Amino acid sequence: MILELDRVSKRFGGLQAVRDLSLAMREGEILGLIGPNGAGKSTLFNLINGVFAPNSGRIVFNGIDITGAPPYLVARHGLARTHQIVQPLTNMTVLENCTVGACFGRQNLPLSRAHRAAREAIAVAGLDDRSETLALQLTIAGKKRLELARALAAQPKLLLLDEVLAGLNPAEVEHMIGVIRRIRERGVTILIIEHLMQAIMSLSDRIVVLNFGEKLAEGAPAEVARHPQVIEAYLGDPKLAAELEGSA
Amino acid sequence: MTFASGDRDTVGSECQIRATRMLRRPFFWIIALVIAVFALAPAIGGDVELRESLALACVYITLASNLNLMLGYAGYINFGSIVFFGLGGYICIWLVDAHGWSLALSLLAAGIGVSALSLVFGFGILRLRGPFFALATIGIVEGVQAFAENFAPWGGSSGIYISPQVFQPLGGAAQALWLIYFMLVAAMGASLYLSYAIKTSKFGLGLIAIGQNEDAAAIMGVPTPRYKALAYSASAFLPAIAGGLYFFKGAFIQPSDAFDLTLSTEAIVICMLGGQGTVTGVALGAYLYEELRGYLLTTAAFSNFQLVIAGALLLVIVLFFPSGLMGFVYSRFPKLKRVLE
Repeated sequence: MILELDRVSKRFGGLQAVRDLSLAMREGEILGLIGPNGAGKSTLFNLINGVFAPNSGRIVFNGIDITGAPPYLVARHGLARTHQIVQPLTNMTVLENCTVGACFGRQNLPLSRAHRAAREAIAVAGLDDRSETLALQLTIAGKKRLELARALAAQPKLLLLDEVLAGLNPAEVEHMIGVIRRIRERGVTILIIEHLMQAIMSLSDRIVVLNFGEKLAEGAPAEVARHPQVIEAYLGDPKLAAELEGSA
Repeated sequence: MTFASGDRDTVGSECQIRATRMLRRPFFWIIALVIAVFALAPAIGGDVELRESLALACVYITLASNLNLMLGYAGYINFGSIVFFGLGGYICIWLVDAHGWSLALSLLAAGIGVSALSLVFGFGILRLRGPFFALATIGIVEGVQAFAENFAPWGGSSGIYISPQVFQPLGGAAQALWLIYFMLVAAMGASLYLSYAIKTSKFGLGLIAIGQNEDAAAIMGVPTPRYKALAYSASAFLPAIAGGLYFFKGAFIQPSDAFDLTLSTEAIVICMLGGQGTVTGVALGAYLYEELRGYLLTTAAFSNFQLVIAGALLLVIVLFFPSGLMGFVYSRFPKLKRVLE
């Protein structure tokens, strides 16, 4: 198991964002994380990569207990992520952004070798022609790819993707799905949050459904989509429920 | 253990690669040229007036370049850069005067002492961000000044006078002033090389990432608390030495001079004026500012107005040239970035 969560809980004041959640990921798989808005998906990411410390429970990554460890240590152990709201280093070029990722990621590369790793990641993300562009000058699709390239440059064992497809047009979504598949072929384990049902159902090996911070269901995409409680959870949003059934 | 030794090997070869690469860069030689001009220009003609003017320029360049490590690279506004300078001055003068240490040893002790203190303080106050950090640095200035005013061995609010006799081992006052000047030039040169070396290093990349987006930097693996505290501590070393030299030169130190917030503010203006985050811009800004200040102070119509001008200048820069002089030049001539930093 590359990632194990053992009864992890996180409370913000009166709001129980994540409750007693246990989860395990096998090396090399793509695990999809779905659930209605506010289900605790992004909070879970923040718990895993150390932005928040859980109130209780344990998180073990690659055999190391990372519960409560700060994000930069978690990154050093080989975990990289992208952000739902892009967080580029605005006044730095795409190459510099990715060099930061390569320098301070799992490999802890010296500057001279980080450039090569950065260029490789940029190529995988399809940003070759933009490597000297300042991050702030990229389009939203470009910034999403930068998030991905930067995370990849760290050569992670586990990659957390937080809605990398949101805000992209259909052609860009197609391209991005291709990129994610290529990353997986390199042996990177991926945990992905996505609202585009068709995309996540086709990408994921397994799906975990969150609702009100708890695990509602877990299983193969087709199983999960037929799960009565899952459909019920999505009924507040009939369009999503229909999509869910359509994609199954 | 094979991992550890392998790691050390790559670090060693990496240092070698960087050193040889540095020597090949034109900017390395530009800095060497600046140091040579500063050292030789007054020395050749024995021009004491020019020496004093350039000595002050060295102090400004040292203060501003080191402030730039925090302000320009890591994006933290430090109003307390004067504390490094003043505290360095106090430690150096106290060691020379009360303990009979040699100047060189006292300077080294001042630099190391202030750096070590900053490292401790840094880990504490660098938890704060933005305006809160800036306020905390003002608090440090006030606190250290209050300490100096009440610390009996440092002469309280009347400060420390050193007898002219301490210049004797340096070959008399006249020769000592030249020696101190060359040491100030060395401190300035070291500041420029430090700024340059950090900017082109992995450490610098991490700092600049922190300056751009600290949360994102931490998530990418930049050890933010350690890097910030190290930068804060590194930015204290040379200003403390410059402070030691500056006050030793005047043979007198008192709290109101040593911890005058004006100089901190001026250092910030200089960084903004020249272009924060650039090595050339900050040095050029410091030199130009010192010249302007000298002109304003010696012109009857403006004397004591130099801070008004500095304030107006800051306003104009922030409003119209937020990236400063070199930022403006680089945006016009991007190719210059390949030569200068």
